[in-house]
Amino acid sequence: MEGLLENFWVLLVLKLAVVALLVPVAGLIIGYGELKISAHMQARVGPYFAGGRFGWAQLIADGIKFFQKEDIIPENADRPVFRWAPTLVMLSSVSLFVVIPFGPGDPFVVRDLELGIFYALAVSSIGTLGILMAGWSSSNKYSLIGGLRAAGQLIAYELPMVLSVVGVVVLAGTMSLSGIVEAQIAFGMPYIVPQVVAFVIFMICALAEMNRIPFDMPIAESELTTGFLTEYTGFRFLFFFLAEFANMFVFAAIATTLFLGGYAPAGSEVFGIAVPALAGPVFMVAKMALLVFVMIWVRWTWPRLREDQLQTFAWKWLVPISVANIVVTAAVKVVF
Amino acid sequence: MLDQHAIRQLSEVSVSVEIETPEMTLNIGPQHPSTHGVLRLVAKVDGERITDVDPKLGYMHRGYEKLSEVRTYPQIMALVNRIDWTSGYANEVPFVVAAERLLGVEPPERAKWIRLILTEMARVSAHLLFMGSFPLELGATTPLMFSLRDRERVLDVMESLTGGRFHPNFNRIGGVKPAAGAGKEMKKQVQDLPAGFLAETRDAMVKVRSTCDELEQLIMGNEIFLARTKGIGILPPDVAVSYGVTGPNLRASGVPFDLRTMTDYLPYDQVDFEVPIGEQGDSFDRWWVRLQEIRQATRIVDQAVDKIPAGPLLAKVPKIIKVPKGETYVRAENPKGIMGYYLVSEGGQGPYRLKIRSASFSNLSMLPWILEGVLIPDLLAVMGSLDFVLGDVDR
Repeated sequence: MEGLLENFWVLLVLKLAVVALLVPVAGLIIGYGELKISAHMQARVGPYFAGGRFGWAQLIADGIKFFQKEDIIPENADRPVFRWAPTLVMLSSVSLFVVIPFGPGDPFVVRDLELGIFYALAVSSIGTLGILMAGWSSSNKYSLIGGLRAAGQLIAYELPMVLSVVGVVVLAGTMSLSGIVEAQIAFGMPYIVPQVVAFVIFMICALAEMNRIPFDMPIAESELTTGFLTEYTGFRFLFFFLAEFANMFVFAAIATTLFLGGYAPAGSEVFGIAVPALAGPVFMVAKMALLVFVMIWVRWTWPRLREDQLQTFAWKWLVPISVANIVVTAAVKVVF
Repeated sequence: MLDQHAIRQLSEVSVSVEIETPEMTLNIGPQHPSTHGVLRLVAKVDGERITDVDPKLGYMHRGYEKLSEVRTYPQIMALVNRIDWTSGYANEVPFVVAAERLLGVEPPERAKWIRLILTEMARVSAHLLFMGSFPLELGATTPLMFSLRDRERVLDVMESLTGGRFHPNFNRIGGVKPAAGAGKEMKKQVQDLPAGFLAETRDAMVKVRSTCDELEQLIMGNEIFLARTKGIGILPPDVAVSYGVTGPNLRASGVPFDLRTMTDYLPYDQVDFEVPIGEQGDSFDRWWVRLQEIRQATRIVDQAVDKIPAGPLLAKVPKIIKVPKGETYVRAENPKGIMGYYLVSEGGQGPYRLKIRSASFSNLSMLPWILEGVLIPDLLAVMGSLDFVLGDVDR
């Protein structure tokens, strides 16, 4: 068994299987959480019957329902683009899992890239490309507007997001996600303390990147029916649906790693007691659950911004603030 | 069908010094999540900006005016309920008052006060629905649940009296319907409100007031809501008057025009209330005016519950009602605006002609004016704040 786990290929296949399973499972759990939490925020009960108790099987039932639906591709749609768009969206969230460390050391991270955070930010934008494809190929005007809104949003929000991460990278001195967690353990506190501004900006940008309220203009069901999703049915729709929840999971994971100390204190000593490395995923998921809850909370509290207000907000407020944050962080780093 | 040509044009935009952006025709509705029914807007959009809007009405035309000509007065009462279905009861009142005036019957005082209580409760329920649906159009789903939850309390009270939540059909020519349940003999003696109705009404109004506070906190303190509604869709008073806009939409523009203070179709002169008016006439003011109107309506109901006199519910009217020849026009301040019935009788059991002036139709008539040059997201912020019901538009 030991020998088998040390085999590179066996381990790789195992890790990939875990990642491939993690995305739908995390999506289901977060989706269920969203249904239940939103229900309680709105004086409702939420799913109740599916699965016998607490409606735990509601999303599984929904998923099965989606597979039963007819797969409709509009007559005038750009078929290959239309087909590939949901895959691309899903691909970007799955690829992100590759670099996220769920614990110290090898078995908890698929690939600890030297440029981990750079990779994560780059890959996360691919999802928007899928949305743009979906909007463009659907041959529907609502979809088109939705897709273009998503593209405009990407440009507005990618910059402050990257800039907000720079502060963390400056503090940690590395771009590897595991390295950033280790740096936080060495630093003695999570980076949310010195980088609270960057944390807030990162979370705002993450919401915008995920197209969630208050930044869900590409979907905007009251204006554009459902924006780029309008023409999608069946399992292609399910892909978008799952990708949204998987994206919440992934962005919560990145934010946890960057700002909340990731899997810490697993693999280090707290008051002289060594915390086992195996506890890493537990700490990680607990912190992520907190962030996911905040995202759900925001989603069910706020109305939607307008596209131009979002652009103003991003360019006039977030970009300057995050640049100022970098300057201050760098200055403090040099002085001390 | 999709305008493939437009998309091709968009994709083959020539990149010169000045980029040409051809206008796209966007067909909003008749099946669209936020048109409150089946309104169709053919909009020309330049990017996100709407350059021209052409509202197409009539998808919900049910021909109530024509149907009324072949029905008797009691039968029409059930029809007019369904014109503005968010405040079914309030639709009955001006019609029944018109019929009574032609017939020369004066309803008993108690019946008038019951009509007043129910009309104001219909106003509360209609405005509470707006309190939920308007934020929903801006993307906030939670206020809808809160306001619907508490609207149900009001509807429950109405149902306990009338037997119907939405379409009470409670008016009779010469008063209101006698209490149900009693036998033929009892009917004449025991025709009164159900036990505890007035106390329940008072409780419901207390609850509604706390809901108003809750909604105010939830929405007034929300930066995004304010950013989305303040200064959006400004309707100047002169434009509002020239298009025949009435109701809260007119009052939000700063015109203190409220029929309840001017006419005597119901004893509003004996209760004390204010007419809230807005300052700017933007979407936010329209929301704010309706919130204040809920509060004023609860005040009116409270006073009416105190002042309601004892007495019969129904005046002496013949079994078969034949309205003498003549014509009259009665209008009332309904939740959506002024609702009027022009009733022409040739002496039969039903009207010869019934012209219905509904509030939403006139309120909608200025859509092309107010929507010109707004952004697509603001289209919802404006249209939602006008609070029209398609049943009320098309009749």
